[in-house]
Amino acid sequence: MTSVTFRSHDGSTVQVNGELGVSLMQTALSNGIDGIVGECGGSAMCATCHVYVDEAFVNLLPPMNDVENEMLECTVSTRRASSRLSCQIRLSRELEGLVVELPETQA
Amino acid sequence: MFGDEAGLPYQRPPLSKTFLKEGHPERLLFRNADFFAANGIEIQSNTPIASVSPSERSVTTERGNTYHFDHLVLATGTRNRQLPIPGFNAPNVFGMRTLEDASRIRDRLEMTSEIVVIGGGFIGLEFTAAAKQLGKKPTVVEAQDRLMARAVSEPVSEFFLAAHRRNGVDIRLRQTVLAVETDSSGNAFAVRLSTGERVFSDLILVAAGVVPNCELAYAAGLKIENGIAVDRTMLTSAPNISAVGDCVSFPLGDRRLRLESVQNAADQARCVARRLTGAVEPYDKLPWFWSDQGADKLQIAGLIEHADKLVAKRDDETGRLTVFGFSAERLCAVETVNRPGDHMAARKVLSASDGIMLADLEASHYRLKEVFRTVARP
Ligand SMILES: Cc1cc2nc3c(=O)[nH]c(=O)nc-3n(C[C@H](O)[C@H](O)[C@H](O)COP(=O)(O)OP(=O)(O)OC[C@H]3O[C@@H](n4cnc5c(N)ncnc54)[C@H](O)[C@@H]3O)c2cc1C
Repeated sequence: MTSVTFRSHDGSTVQVNGELGVSLMQTALSNGIDGIVGECGGSAMCATCHVYVDEAFVNLLPPMNDVENEMLECTVSTRRASSRLSCQIRLSRELEGLVVELPETQA
Repeated sequence: MFGDEAGLPYQRPPLSKTFLKEGHPERLLFRNADFFAANGIEIQSNTPIASVSPSERSVTTERGNTYHFDHLVLATGTRNRQLPIPGFNAPNVFGMRTLEDASRIRDRLEMTSEIVVIGGGFIGLEFTAAAKQLGKKPTVVEAQDRLMARAVSEPVSEFFLAAHRRNGVDIRLRQTVLAVETDSSGNAFAVRLSTGERVFSDLILVAAGVVPNCELAYAAGLKIENGIAVDRTMLTSAPNISAVGDCVSFPLGDRRLRLESVQNAADQARCVARRLTGAVEPYDKLPWFWSDQGADKLQIAGLIEHADKLVAKRDDETGRLTVFGFSAERLCAVETVNRPGDHMAARKVLSASDGIMLADLEASHYRLKEVFRTVARP
């Protein structure tokens, strides 16, 4: 298990325990986190699972591939240096305590 | 919410893609049970609805329980087309629509090496690519003269034909399966093709299209036109019944359209949810779609069949392709392979009210993102 904190746009936070190897997007959905849509089911095809990753964790994440990078260019909420698609992040031990912020809107 | 399948609602797209390779049905769920409970949504799975009465405003389950409604939403989807060929009912002949289908196929795949896929459409080809990655030997039989002919342009068909063949898949165009041959225990072991040839196989996937589930609506007296007919706000011919998704045909210009895609189901559902909560607006969302076939990602924005002119830009070095479709010189659809940035730009360009013209694209040397920046500027 990896503990993950989702900070929503209005500042409120929810902490959940995610299963190792499961994507951050799926972890959010199965814990009823509002603000992650994940319409394509995790194919990096819809850009509706956009998150801003807390600075302390940005460098611990696996590097993004071209597909994710290009999809992030067109998210509905503004892209930042810390933007990632949560379907492309699998929970690992290194990510224990991960904090991500949810954008204002996904679609 | 009534559904005839077991369990909670789940995503279908991964069934023919990652699920085949990785399993984990729990990762397909849209939301968990707590979410539905916390939001006051009661899910009754394993509960087929047998009839609808628009005048009584009620539905009756197959088990005979009747429930009243103020408003009913039909989202009955589609089912796989059955083929009238001998041997079709053998236990190792499969369709791929539900989690149950995909789980059975996954189990069977473990003891299979040769596979025949009937139908070279999206689902057949996604399955083929996944099976190939699992080390299987697939043969695809497609009656038309090109792949995915119903939904994509010729350059895209050609791109994927070459990609699958390069990957070692045996693809037969302009051929059909006349019969499935079964052994003494009733299991299929080969198919007989229209060319007379026999192809051995221990798993046969039938991916030859779907039919909309309209029977419930038809029996209730609702208007049917290649799907449950709805008006611009997704209302059926009965004032208290809406319909959304794969089972619906909706008006677009002077025609009717029935689409099978996640975008279509989700955006139509949002349109109905808004109407029922007070914001009546016509459904006018841009259709978009994707299909992952092995290493290649196809994305489509708009409806390419409305195009009277196509411009294809391919980059053989990087294996990328973009096809621009124009209707009366105006951009109406963009298909991209391995160019997600262009796809997202196309979605924004095509959703913008004025749209863009062939001349604009020519002037920008078909750089969509550049055009998008000029269109997006107020
Ligand atoms: C293998 C596969 C891969 C796909 N890949 C993609 C993709 O990559 N991209 C994409 O955009 N789309 C894809 N799709 C299509 C997408 O999944 C559908 O467009 C979407 O599921 C449609 O949603 P829906 O709610 O309209 O219908 P469905 O998801 O079909 O749901 C309808 C439900 O109603 C139930 N039902 C029917 N009649 C009754 C009744 N009388 N009583 C109770 N329940 C009933 C059905 O059993 C079903 O569970 C794929 C589909 C499949 C099968």
